[in-house]
Amino acid sequence: MADVVTRGAETAVRGARAIFFNGLEETGRFFIMLQSILHWTSVTLRNWGDWFLCVILRRPRPRVFEARESLESMSSAGVNSIMVALVTAMFTGMVLALQTGITLDRKMAGVSSYLGGMVAVSMVRELGPVLTALIVTGRVGSAFAAEIGTMRVTEQIDALETLATNPVRYLVVPRVVACVSMLPLLTLFSDIIGVFGGFLVALTRFGQSASLYADNALSMVELSDLFSGLTKSLFFGFIIATVSCYKGFTTAGGAEGVGRATTSAVVVSSMGILIADYFLTAAMSVF
Amino acid sequence: MAGDILIRFEGIAKAFGRQKVLDDMTLDVHRGETLAVIGRSGCGKSVMLKCLLGLIRPDAGRILVDGRDVVALPEEEMVKVRARFGMVFQGAALFDSLTVEENVGFALRRLGRPEADIARIVEERLRQVGLPGSGPKKPSELSGGMKKRVGLARALAMSPEVVLYDEPTTGLDPIMSDAINDLIIATRDSLGVTSIVVTHDMVSAYKVGHRVAMLHEGRVRAYGTPAEIQASPDEAVQQFIHGRATGPINIGVEAVR
Repeated sequence: MADVVTRGAETAVRGARAIFFNGLEETGRFFIMLQSILHWTSVTLRNWGDWFLCVILRRPRPRVFEARESLESMSSAGVNSIMVALVTAMFTGMVLALQTGITLDRKMAGVSSYLGGMVAVSMVRELGPVLTALIVTGRVGSAFAAEIGTMRVTEQIDALETLATNPVRYLVVPRVVACVSMLPLLTLFSDIIGVFGGFLVALTRFGQSASLYADNALSMVELSDLFSGLTKSLFFGFIIATVSCYKGFTTAGGAEGVGRATTSAVVVSSMGILIADYFLTAAMSVF
Repeated sequence: MAGDILIRFEGIAKAFGRQKVLDDMTLDVHRGETLAVIGRSGCGKSVMLKCLLGLIRPDAGRILVDGRDVVALPEEEMVKVRARFGMVFQGAALFDSLTVEENVGFALRRLGRPEADIARIVEERLRQVGLPGSGPKKPSELSGGMKKRVGLARALAMSPEVVLYDEPTTGLDPIMSDAINDLIIATRDSLGVTSIVVTHDMVSAYKVGHRVAMLHEGRVRAYGTPAEIQASPDEAVQQFIHGRATGPINIGVEAVR
């Protein structure tokens, strides 16, 4: 009996140790890849900078790398996400106004003149950046992991290396650039549409005047609120691209592996966004 | 035929987890010859090619190319070594978002060759593999045999010294397989390349190989001309080349009698 218990405990300890070391190894690999991503991103940005400078100075232009791929990624990750992001933001703003309005009416009759401001601040500081990032994770992060994962299992990534091309530079840099540049832009649109959604509800459901809602919204939201929200979305874009591309790169095991990588890209990115959200908010509240 | 040694694998070992795939494997490839590497699926044939290209790092051993160890070269150096090799992947590994023309011209474009040169080279390579004028097609429009041909054209675009074939005839019908074998021979004759053909298709190995090496349990079990291999007294070699389920090689399942 005691023997069985000891053996059970040993198995549990071994299992826990395996999970811990696998997690450690995975984290290590992610940071090695992150280093390579940062290196190639900076190389690419410098290349674009040189090109741009030469255009301005009318000098012979150097060859640009990853420009076409980046524009394609921007279009598929950014432009094609506008509709989903806006619908999400619209209804988020609407339900926010509805819930806030009901609560204010019930608990503090008449205070609902603050509706505009409360919706706008919540939207711009928190819900705009986070919900847009989560929607983009589902739409774009999953696609990144699936595309790159399929390339991995069909040996296309090996083929890139044999064809004088660094796969991180060719596949990951454009996606990082696209996410980091497009997510703040999408977030800005979401903020605006979200506040507008709240405006519709304030008008129709609570009979507020347009000017009351708008004045209150504009007086309560400060420029720093907008900036803190957009700064967060910059980090969220980076998390989505790096985590999803990493998951794609480390795919193994055929179609099933691609499925696993895709799921895991969405789960880990989403968690990363929510965790980073807290710490970024905390850090920015200090300033 | 036997030129000097171009590539030497020396005591190469590679394990994935607990599974030893290569274990102290030593093998020479002579300049200008075609070496067919045979062996059962999963015996480390493809891993050997990937170690040579620096896509997988062996756990131990050296790989000498022209006498210089290429294991653990820094990335920039490895890029130069890789430029001497062209690899034809098992599933062709064509980039499916690009056209055939863009696939074949991929490396040339990355290295900034003038567009006129690229167009000329791509068309020439496509003609060599018997697919002239198919540049605008997408890989999804091609059959398995055509994809392999495009894969070869892409591998040849940079005029490599060595062409590596990973199971070039797997998944093709016998007639298409033979056409690919002819193409491997024609490529060798017209471009004078050294070739390593990894395969478990014995017909292909005998036809294209000047020499045949059989990998078994992570090392070279037999090495020689096709005639020498066929006459080998080794039971394991005989079992493999005649494709018998029973013999010294344990296939891990009970033979049905």
